[in-house]
Amino acid sequence: MPIDPAPKRDLQARAVQVRKLILQAVHKAGAGHVGGPLSMVEIAVAMYFKILRIDPKNPQWPDRDRYVLSKGHSCIALYATLALRGFFPVEEVFTYDAMNSRMQGHPDMTKTPGIDMSSGSLGTGASPPLGMALAAKRLGKDFHTWVHLGDGEIQEGQVWEMAFVASQYQVDNLTAIVDYNKVQQFGFPKDGNLRRRVNPLVQVPEKWRAFGWHVIECDGHDFDALIPACEEAKTIKGRPACIVAHTIKGKGVSFMEGDYNWHAKVPSPEELAKALAELEAGVPVG
Amino acid sequence: MAKLIEMRATWGETMLELTKTHPNLMVLDGDLGNSTMAQIVAYNAPDFYMNMGIAEQNMMGVAAGMASAGLIPWLSSFACFLANRDLDQLRVTVTQPKLNVKLAGHYSGILTGKTGKTHIDVEDIAILRALPHMTVVAPADSVECRQAVLALTDMPGPAYLRITRDASPVIFGEDYRFAIGPVVPIREGKDLTIFGTGVQTARALEACDLLASEGISAHLVHVPTLKPIDGNGIVAAARKTGRVLTTEDHNIIGGLGGAVAEVLGQHAPFPMKIHGLQDCYGESGPNDAMLEKYGLTPKHVALAAKALLNKAR
Repeated sequence: MPIDPAPKRDLQARAVQVRKLILQAVHKAGAGHVGGPLSMVEIAVAMYFKILRIDPKNPQWPDRDRYVLSKGHSCIALYATLALRGFFPVEEVFTYDAMNSRMQGHPDMTKTPGIDMSSGSLGTGASPPLGMALAAKRLGKDFHTWVHLGDGEIQEGQVWEMAFVASQYQVDNLTAIVDYNKVQQFGFPKDGNLRRRVNPLVQVPEKWRAFGWHVIECDGHDFDALIPACEEAKTIKGRPACIVAHTIKGKGVSFMEGDYNWHAKVPSPEELAKALAELEAGVPVG
Repeated sequence: MAKLIEMRATWGETMLELTKTHPNLMVLDGDLGNSTMAQIVAYNAPDFYMNMGIAEQNMMGVAAGMASAGLIPWLSSFACFLANRDLDQLRVTVTQPKLNVKLAGHYSGILTGKTGKTHIDVEDIAILRALPHMTVVAPADSVECRQAVLALTDMPGPAYLRITRDASPVIFGEDYRFAIGPVVPIREGKDLTIFGTGVQTARALEACDLLASEGISAHLVHVPTLKPIDGNGIVAAARKTGRVLTTEDHNIIGGLGGAVAEVLGQHAPFPMKIHGLQDCYGESGPNDAMLEKYGLTPKHVALAAKALLNKAR
């Protein structure tokens, strides 16, 4: 079921803004990640501009929905989204990685408004959201908790410990989103080609189903698919839901898409100019 | 002969007691409830108990999420798993964000019911003491254990309680009052100062009697809080005699001996000896034989004291 065209255009415009901020901030910092942040943009925008029950003026509101970016290295995309949503000034995004900045290289809940859990060591961000969801049930609260996982990250065993326990306790106020971009930092050779490297993990929906989760597959760059998937996930009763969002690493910039080399590469001034021009001129993503 | 009580039972009973006054309490069990006595809560207050399965890394993260939402989770597992298996989860999601998560490290030290090297943990104090924001407490007996559970529950922030498996002597009276931090003088003496921690303090107390029978007067101080360490209390106790022995059911690296040496080395250097596990892992065996082989009996503490005195002369 497609969403209304007007709000969709709004979300698409937000996505372009987020992508530009990601590239500009990483370029300015001379460090950081690019490919993973670009693959999660529509998911973050859908969350903060459409799905989550939040109050940017009260980031510690006890009844807010929780969103945990477990693939913490992609946090620049989250910072850009939080800034545009009003959690802190957009200019602050450009202090990314600077000394004494609230924009840390990996998410730090003690520093950044709107960050619900510290993460950065892959897999470790998977379980706190389960704890939040269990706490909501225990405390009689109706907030929903979302955990955003990378597809490389789900190679970590802790993710499957979480998947088992969430299923055992029928935790239906928790939704995992797997950002399935099929590329990781270095990866494994594709078809014997040592220079073309991918995350070979397959049967991702089947794996979550086997652990007892309700699985929804969708295009992670298409708001018409992504938002209904999120809304469906919230309605599932008696078990947790997992959205397997098919994404493209480096999405939105032609020469970055699908290339593991852009996992954590800083764009040169020329590359930045070319990428920004593409984003401004290009067909809107989402 | 002092009364013997299992600290793990005291921990479980105190947890149950806390469910009456702390509605946000939650005991998370790594599927060892009938070893750690988390079963006391599981059977009597099931709403306050969740088995997290054989999945300690997830359990630590779940506790972090619960604490962030206002619950007070107590993790219950063996010390070896809490201090080692899920160390990264503890570091990234509990101690770095200073979340209010409590760890009950059962089966610490070498007396673990013949389980052997995997389940014996003689490095937990060293590991957990090195984590910023962590509080580390090793009670000497059941009386102190109960009060430490109450104090740690009401203290904001991450904390580790070091508990032993088997019944150990009760050395404190019911009038004893535990506080997080201060060292506890047990016996006055003038020839040397002995610092003990955990159940080893009771063995050190017996060692004081052995030494007294040979005319040596030992000043015994119990150190229940390994972190934050009571620097002033340690310096004052060391100054009383000018000679310092530490003894612990833990490796000689990074534990009580390390903590005391860090204080005295900088503020009051005295001749010192660190007594404990000689940088080795354990094995399976009956308690008496284990204490004998690994040198933790009162007799061994007394020998270490005499060696220190001879060296210092």
